[in-house]
Amino acid sequence: MSPVAPRKLRVATCSLAGCFGCHMSFLDIDEHLFELVNLIEFDRSPLTDIKDVGPCDIGLIEGGVCNAENVHVLREFRRNCKTLIALGACAVTGGLPAQRNHLSLSECLREVYQFRPGIENGQIPNDPELPLPLDQVHPIHEVVRVDYFIPGCPPSGPAIWKFLTDLIAGRTPRLTGDLLHYD
Amino acid sequence: MTNAPSPASPELDDVLARHDHDPTRLLQILIDAQEIAGWLPAPTLTRIAAGLALPRARVEGVAGFYSFLYTRPVGRYRVLFSDNITDRMLGNAGLLDALCRKLWLEPGKTSEDGLVSVTTTSCTGLCDQGPAMLVNGRAIGQLTHRRINEIAELIRQQRPLDLWPAEYFRIDDNIRRTDALLGLDMAPGAALGAAIARGRDGWLDEMRASKLRGRGGAGFATAVKWESARNAAGSAKVVVCNADEGEPGTFKDRVLLNRYADLVFEGMSLAAWAIGASEGFLYLRGEYRYLRPQLEAVLARRRAAGLLGTAILGETGFDFDIRIHLGAGAYVCGEESALIESLEGKRGTPRIRPPFPVTKGYLGRPTAVNNVETHAKTCLIALHGGAAFAATGTAQSTGTKLLSISGDCAAPGIYEYPFGVPITRILEDCGASDTQAVQVGGAAGVCLASYEFQRHIAYEDVPTAGAFMIFDGTRDLFEVARAFVHFFAHESCGFCTPCRVGTSLLKGFMDKLADGHGAKADLNDIDWLDRLLKNASHCGLGSAAPNPVIDTLQKFRPAYERRLVSLDFKPAFDLDAALAEARQLTRRDDPGAHLKTHEESPE
Amino acid sequence: MSKQFLLDGQPVPFEEGQTILEAARAAGHYIPSLCWHKDFPPHGSCKLCVVKAAGRHVSACATPARDGSEVESNTPEMNGERRGLLQMLFVEGNHFCPSCEKSGNCELQALGYEYEMLTPRFRHFFPDRPVDASHPDVLLDFNRCIFCELCVRASRDVDGKSVFALTGRGIQKHLVVNAESGRLADTDFSKDDLAARICPVGVILHKRVGFAVPIGERKFDVATISAQTLKESP
Repeated sequence: MSPVAPRKLRVATCSLAGCFGCHMSFLDIDEHLFELVNLIEFDRSPLTDIKDVGPCDIGLIEGGVCNAENVHVLREFRRNCKTLIALGACAVTGGLPAQRNHLSLSECLREVYQFRPGIENGQIPNDPELPLPLDQVHPIHEVVRVDYFIPGCPPSGPAIWKFLTDLIAGRTPRLTGDLLHYD
Repeated sequence: MTNAPSPASPELDDVLARHDHDPTRLLQILIDAQEIAGWLPAPTLTRIAAGLALPRARVEGVAGFYSFLYTRPVGRYRVLFSDNITDRMLGNAGLLDALCRKLWLEPGKTSEDGLVSVTTTSCTGLCDQGPAMLVNGRAIGQLTHRRINEIAELIRQQRPLDLWPAEYFRIDDNIRRTDALLGLDMAPGAALGAAIARGRDGWLDEMRASKLRGRGGAGFATAVKWESARNAAGSAKVVVCNADEGEPGTFKDRVLLNRYADLVFEGMSLAAWAIGASEGFLYLRGEYRYLRPQLEAVLARRRAAGLLGTAILGETGFDFDIRIHLGAGAYVCGEESALIESLEGKRGTPRIRPPFPVTKGYLGRPTAVNNVETHAKTCLIALHGGAAFAATGTAQSTGTKLLSISGDCAAPGIYEYPFGVPITRILEDCGASDTQAVQVGGAAGVCLASYEFQRHIAYEDVPTAGAFMIFDGTRDLFEVARAFVHFFAHESCGFCTPCRVGTSLLKGFMDKLADGHGAKADLNDIDWLDRLLKNASHCGLGSAAPNPVIDTLQKFRPAYERRLVSLDFKPAFDLDAALAEARQLTRRDDPGAHLKTHEESPE
Repeated sequence: MSKQFLLDGQPVPFEEGQTILEAARAAGHYIPSLCWHKDFPPHGSCKLCVVKAAGRHVSACATPARDGSEVESNTPEMNGERRGLLQMLFVEGNHFCPSCEKSGNCELQALGYEYEMLTPRFRHFFPDRPVDASHPDVLLDFNRCIFCELCVRASRDVDGKSVFALTGRGIQKHLVVNAESGRLADTDFSKDDLAARICPVGVILHKRVGFAVPIGERKFDVATISAQTLKESP
């Protein structure tokens, strides 16, 4: 570390088609959180109440891209973040939500909203407030350019910590051994 | 094993009996069995498996490999438009659309009444008289909208193919320039007689002196191959003539087989004499199936004349005969070890080499595989001697070469030149003007830009199996490369990872650019894929697959760059189109129900 | 004087007839593979064992070792190509490790770790490959097939059953079973076949035992595939 404390890096995070498990894992870095807040400050994130992402150094995206809103958010992150990171299996590969990809969207929606046992006169919701789903779920690198990837479902706290500290210190991040897992 | 017994089928039993229930004849059996219903229903495969004592899965594996075998119903009229770049340049897409419209049909689908299906197929070897199609295996060239209208009508009327106008099926040889081979007027047996008179060793000496190299493109010394096969341990050696002329833009073998079949078969017999083979196969690509009856007739005539069979030309111990083995639409079978797998009735997957076919080939027997033109050329050597043969061409590339010329020129067709001929001379002779590029050697070959037209056709300079496709200044070389990339993705056998996945990925990137989603980053990925395909592929198909892209990226880079819509990154798909299904399901069309596919700046 | 070649600059002794891969592993040098198996002839389809010998790319599993030759394997260039091949295998199938019960015991996944594959990089193909749950003891999840043909070979050459075969071509290539119905239950497959135990990925899965060993304690959770492989090598 240089003797002069460097500017704090601004970090934004969000979850697209994800389960927030990666965010939970992020919190699992435990006492390192205290170190981290000395190095970074949060922009838009479930941890803050900021609704729109502003200019940031690092953006962490959890979850794949399954609907129009995900696309908007992801693009906003890409525009604002110098470094964009896919965090976790869903952001990296589409993950669990992408397992619908071999089905047509109408099969999926009809099954859920019309034909499920116990549903009568069910309708596919069409409120303009709701984001429309894409025909397939995509990992985020298929929609925007992504700089780094942290696989895992979720990536472990130590993996996230290692990755971020590498990044903050100016080292090209590497994940090896126990820190690299796809499950 | 617990499969329900299939219904009896005397016709199928007949096919099996005709092929002696021989599992190595599996591909031939499947081709013949398909004649019964026009496709291969699941019970048919089960019955064939039982008849040959093969696992059913193996039969299904073979049936699924070849493009011309169908395990799903197809039309009683199966129309396949040849889809080489030369067909595309002559407007095959518009003709295909027109035919489908007239028949109320979607491309690739079978009509509901099962009457007709229309789709594309890889180059059918009629580039000098395209656009071309195959209807139930019979070739029709020189397609025009008028002809397409007539064909639609004939199909609607369900007129049998034999009653279609005969001129449809006229295939021209279009021989434009003859030299030693095409000008040869030889009585059948003359070359064989001369070689027998020299004795096996003497004949091989002449072959060595001729320095003849394989005309299939690789350029291996034929005498060395024959000598290896002759010296290989094991009896019952095999001669194979590779007439699986699948390289897009090549059609010289079609002409040799159509007009010079005696030279080809005599060449095979000359090979048999040299290596001591008793069995020969002509591996005829499925696209040339219509040539089979006349080829069988030539074989019958040669048998009657004592040029095939036992004690050929009275030479005791020289027993040799030739069978025709049909392919069924698989370019990879032009690779000699894949061809041998196919001959054995298997999927056409290239083998691990070594061992090479000359030591372990067909059924593990020493096998010499040579190109059609190579076989024909040996007649010249037998007649006039190796030294005379080596007197033409260049020191490293002796003799002449047949070129299949197509594309933008006044006189497409077959041209025979001594090796060493410069590209400029060829372009002049065939009446090409404003030539932007020439693709020599087919999709797997090399794309030459105008500054390279002083180069020469020769193994040591521009080697070729014979394809010579000309593109004038109006053509888009990106689209040329993209057509070839599609070809390789379709023809990859799928055995090794780099080729199976890499050709599909490469196709995806080329389509991304073509669809208006190209970004600078894609060019890096394309480069990277090109290298991995070239380096890591199992056989020549995979390592040649990136050639058209490598060449055009180097020589016609602006054709790629002008397609880029971003200097950074773009998704490969249309995001707004990805919402279309949801819009339809919700009947929404509000602004929130749309996405901009390209987003350069903040909304 | 015994024969030897140089692997990344280190001498590797070999016996006549040994391949580069066999000799290297016997000498304690890891060269990766997915389709190679010590009890079967080389297959050469996965290409993970690609090495550079005398400047040419070859499959180490299928190339005989040659006295005095120089072979490059554990170099940034070759490992980069291997990572690329792994990425290809990941995008062509549906490999969702978090929901796969083979996770931790899967060689494809373990090689992803070995070669630090952080992203599948390319566009996913998301193919439609229905699973076959017809058999009482074994589930077939074709989504994860990498076409190594180990099950094909084991069933044909050892079990004597030919339960499996590949059909289709190119990217459409796929695994089928030996029944007109296409169902594993209609074949003579048994959970005791070698073919039932040889799949390096998560296609052939034994029912009811999927999580007998918890995630995190499995083969490649406790040691890398290179370490495991060298431990098992003769």
